[in-house]
Amino acid sequence: MKRIYVDEKWCLGCRLCEYNCAFANATSGRDDMAKALKDREINPRIRIEEGGGISFAVSCRHCDDPFCQKACISGALKFENGQVTIDQEKCVGCYSCIMACPFGAVMPSDGTAVQKCDLCMQNHQGIPACVEGCPNRAIIFEDREAFA
Amino acid sequence: MKYLIIGASHAGIACVEGIRSQDAEGQITLLSKEGHRPYGRPLISYYLEGKTDLEHISYRPESFFADHGAELRLNTEVLSIDAAQKTVRTAAGEEIPYDKLLVATGSVPFVPPMEGLESVEKKAGFLNLDDALRLESLINEKSRVLIIGAGLIGTKCAEGIAERVASVSIVEMMPRVLPAVLDEDCAAIVQAKMEENNCRFYLGDSVERFTGNSAKLKSGETVEFDVLVLAVGVRPNTALLQAAGAEIARGVKVDSHMQTSLPGVYAAGDLTLSHDVSDGGSEKVLAVLPNAYTQGYTAGQNMAGLASNFENAFPMNAGGFFGLHLITAGSYQGECLILPNEGGVKKLFIKDDRLVGYLLLGDVRRAGIYTSLIRDQTPLSTIDFGLIAQKPQLMAFSKAERAKMLAGGNKA
Repeated sequence: MKRIYVDEKWCLGCRLCEYNCAFANATSGRDDMAKALKDREINPRIRIEEGGGISFAVSCRHCDDPFCQKACISGALKFENGQVTIDQEKCVGCYSCIMACPFGAVMPSDGTAVQKCDLCMQNHQGIPACVEGCPNRAIIFEDREAFA
Repeated sequence: MKYLIIGASHAGIACVEGIRSQDAEGQITLLSKEGHRPYGRPLISYYLEGKTDLEHISYRPESFFADHGAELRLNTEVLSIDAAQKTVRTAAGEEIPYDKLLVATGSVPFVPPMEGLESVEKKAGFLNLDDALRLESLINEKSRVLIIGAGLIGTKCAEGIAERVASVSIVEMMPRVLPAVLDEDCAAIVQAKMEENNCRFYLGDSVERFTGNSAKLKSGETVEFDVLVLAVGVRPNTALLQAAGAEIARGVKVDSHMQTSLPGVYAAGDLTLSHDVSDGGSEKVLAVLPNAYTQGYTAGQNMAGLASNFENAFPMNAGGFFGLHLITAGSYQGECLILPNEGGVKKLFIKDDRLVGYLLLGDVRRAGIYTSLIRDQTPLSTIDFGLIAQKPQLMAFSKAERAKMLAGGNKA
C-alpha cells in the first residue's frame, strides 16, 4: 500500500504543499492557482508545523487502525483499501474525529463537515498534489511495505 | 461458527466488522428490536435540526450486510438468553441457536417517578429515532417545549428543536447544564449560548407535579408547556444478561476481551462497565460512542478467535451548541491549568506527570493530540509540555517520536 511519508530533515518550510493542497481541492478556478487562491485565506488539509529551525508537514496518516473512523457517530468516515475517507454529505460536524485523531489531521472545513487528506483520490488530481509539488522530496508517496 | 448479535447499533455493527477481520466464513445474524436500518444514534438531534435526513442518517451503506455476509433481522426483540443451551428466545417465540453471542443492548431511559406525569398528553423520550420522529410529529412553530434534564440528551434535543418551536424550557436538578461533562465555568458559557438561542433554564430545580400542560417546580415557579420531553438519564440495559446469570454490578462486567462471566457470551457498548485509565482504573459505565465501537470491534475479534484486548477506555465527548464547539476527555483531577482559547476556554488537568483530562470550548482544532496523551499515558516530562499546552502540536514530541509518527508505519 502506498503511503505518505514525511521527513523533516528535507522540509524547507516553504508551504508549497499547503498551497498545492488548497489548489487541488479548490472548488473553482482549476486552471490558475493565482486566480483560485489569491486574496483567500486557504484552508489546506496538510499543515506545516514550524519552530526552532525545524519544519514538517502533517496530513492524515491513513492509519491501519483509525481512531477517527471508530469515533465517527454518523458513519461518514470510512476505512477502505488502506485509505480513510470522509463523506461530507453524511458528516454533521460533531468533531468526534477531531477529538480522536492523534495527529490532529482531521480539521474543520469552511462548511459544516470536517475535511481531511484523501490522497487527492477524490479530486481531479489523482496523485497527492503535496507530494508532486514538494521541491525537496520531503513528502513522499510510496509503498515501503513491499520491501519490508 | 454461528455468531449472534443482539442490538444493531454502533457496538453491534463494529462487532460484525471485528468478526469479518478474522473470519470470512462464519454465519452472522444481528437482531434489532427497532424497525430502522442501523443509524447514527446520536444523529437524532441533528436530524431534527435539519443537518441530516432519513437517508444520510444510516450508519453504514445499504450494501453493508450483503458485503459482510451478515443477516439483519429488524423488529426482533429478544426476551431471554439460555447460556447453557446457547440459544436465545425472541418475542415471537422463536429459538435461535448460537456459538458466540454479543449482547449490545445499550441503555434504557431512566424516568424517576413524577407526580401527575400521566396527565401530560403530549410527551416523548429522546433516545432513538422513533422518539425523534414522534417528537417531530408533536411539535410545530407554536409549541412551548419543556425538557426534563440538561445532560447531553436534553441539551442536544433542545438544540435540535430550538428553531422549530416557540420556546424551549429545560429543568435540571443539578445547578448547571451538562453536569456530567462540564465544570461550572464551561457550563455557564454553554448555558449563555443556549439562552441566546431560544432556550430557558431552570437549574437546581425539579418538577413537583404535572397538571396537564402545566409543571409546578420545587422552587415554586410554574412552567406552561405544550410538549414534554423526558431526558433525565439512562441506565445500562442489563436485564437480559442479568436474567441469564451474568455478573452485573452497575453495568455488565466484562474482561479485556469483552467476554462476560458467561463463557461465549460477550457484551459491548453502553450496558458494560469499563476501567477508566484516566483516573487510575475505577470501574464505571463509559457510555460514549468511541468506547462502544472499540468494545464491539474487540468483542468481534475475540469471538472469531483473535485474543485482542481493549484496556484503555476513558470518557470523551465532542459536540457543539449553536456553533460553539466543545470537546472534553478524561478526568478533571489533579492540577488544573486554565489557558486562553479562541472563542472560549481551555483547561488541562495534570496529575503525576500525566495529562489526565481536558476541557476545550471554542477552538477545538487538533484536540486529538491531547486525547492521545491521555490514551497513551504519556509522561509529560518526555515532551515539551509548555509548547503543547499552548496549542496541540506534534512539534512537542521528541524528534525520534515524530519520525515514528510521520515517517514510520501508520499504526495509530
